Amino acid sequence: MRTINVDKITKNIKEMCIEANHYLSKDMKCAMDQAISSEESPLGKQILNQLKENLRIAEEDMIPICQDTGMAVVFLDIGQDVHFEGGDLEDSIHEGVRQGYQEGFLRKSVVGDPIIRENTKDNTPAVIHYRIVPGDGVRITVAPKGFGSENMSRVFMLKPAEGIEGVKDAILTAVKDAGPNACPPMVVGVGIGGTFEKCALMAKEALTREIGVHSPIAWVHDLEEEMLRKINLLGIGPGGLGGTETALAVNVNTYPTHIAGLPVAINICCHVNRHVVREV
Amino acid sequence: MERYISAPITKEDASSLRAGDYVYITGTIYTARDAAHKRMEETLEKNESIPIDIKNQVIYYMGPSPARDGRPIGSAGPTTASRMDKYTPKLLDLGLSAMIGKGKRSEEVLNAIVRNKSVYMAAVGGAGALLSKCILSSEVVAYEDLGTEAIRKLEVKDFPVIVVADCEGNYLYESAIKEYKKI
Repeated sequence: MRTINVDKITKNIKEMCIEANHYLSKDMKCAMDQAISSEESPLGKQILNQLKENLRIAEEDMIPICQDTGMAVVFLDIGQDVHFEGGDLEDSIHEGVRQGYQEGFLRKSVVGDPIIRENTKDNTPAVIHYRIVPGDGVRITVAPKGFGSENMSRVFMLKPAEGIEGVKDAILTAVKDAGPNACPPMVVGVGIGGTFEKCALMAKEALTREIGVHSPIAWVHDLEEEMLRKINLLGIGPGGLGGTETALAVNVNTYPTHIAGLPVAINICCHVNRHVVREV
Repeated sequence: MERYISAPITKEDASSLRAGDYVYITGTIYTARDAAHKRMEETLEKNESIPIDIKNQVIYYMGPSPARDGRPIGSAGPTTASRMDKYTPKLLDLGLSAMIGKGKRSEEVLNAIVRNKSVYMAAVGGAGALLSKCILSSEVVAYEDLGTEAIRKLEVKDFPVIVVADCEGNYLYESAIKEYKKI
C-alpha cells in the first residue's frame, strides 16, 4: 500500500494544464515538420509555417498556443495499491484545473449548465476518466480539448454487415464534414467496438497516443495507414484552404462488441493536439 | 492577390475583395462570438439599439485568453463562424461590412454577403499566439459580464486574413480543395 496526499494531484494537474497549453509535445511538432515538407499547396505550406511560428511564440512568450485552451479532460490510472489522503480526490483534480487556468492565464471556457450557460469562471469542472490498474503508481494524462474540432466529432452505430467498408466510410464522412471547421491538419482518433459510450471514450484515448505509434493489431495498423492516406486525398488541406496535408495521424483503438452491433466513434482534434502525461 | 486595407471597411473596399485574396487589415475591429450575438439578436428583436454602430464594421469571431501583465491581449485566434450563422444575415443587412472567423458558412449567410456586398475572411485557426502579435490594444466595450465573450474593440496592425466568401458568390472552401481532391 502506498499513500499519496491529494495535494500532490492538485499540484501536478495545475502544472500540466499550463504546460499542455503552451508546449506542444515533440511527436506533434515532428508531425508538423513532416507536413511542411510534404505539403504541395503553396498557401497550405504558408499556413503550416505560420502554425510552426505560432508554436515558437507560444513557448517563448508564454501565450497559449490557441485561445481555446479547452475543457480539461483528465485520465487518471490509479494503481489498486494506492490510498489517497488529505481530502476528496475528485475535488483535488478540479482544484488543479482551477489553479492552472487561473494562474496560467488560460481561457475559462466552461459553462455550468448546458442550457442556462453561465460561465463557471474557473474552467471547472474537468471531465475525468478513472481507471483502476495493478500496482501502486498513479498515471495522470491531461488533455485540454478545444471545441472547434470536438463539435465535428461523431458516433455511428453501424450494422455488423457494413463491416470494415462501413467503418472507412464513417471516418471519411466525419473528416469531410469537419473540413475547415476542425482546424486542419487534424489528428483523428477512432474507437471501434464496445458500446455507445465505450467507442467514444476509445476515440478520445486514441488522441492521446503518440503520433507515429501504431496499433499492435495488424489489421488496425493497416487501417490507420490506409485512412491517413485516403484523408490526405480529400484535398481539404491546412486551414481547409486546399492541400495534401489534411491529417497528421489516424489512431484507432478497438474493443470486443455485441453480436448485433458495430459502434464507431470519430473524435477529431485540431493540430493543437494537447496531451501531457505524468507518473506520480 | 495581396491587399492592405483599413478598418472599418467601406463597402467599396469590401466589394473589391475576391476569394483567395491575402489581406492585411489595419485599424479598428470588434470581437463578438456566440453569447454576444445572442444578446445583440435579443436587443434587435425588442427594437432597441445594439451597443456598436455596425455600419462598415468588421466583426472578428474571437474570445481571447486573458492578457498577461503589460500585454494588450492573450491568445487571440478565430473561432468557428458557423455558430454565428443564425444571427449573421440580419447584421449584414444592417450594414456590417466584414467578418473574420474560420470554417464554413450557411447558404443564407453566403447569400446575404452577395446581397450586401460584404465579405467573409478566415484567419488561421489555432494560431492565436501569432495573431495576438498583430493586436495593439483591446478594450471591452459591451457585455463585460460575458467574460471572454464580451464585445471588445481591437486596434490591429497588418492582421493577416484570407478572403473565403466574396460579393460575387465565390467561395474558397469549395473551389480551393478541388485542385487537390483525388478521391
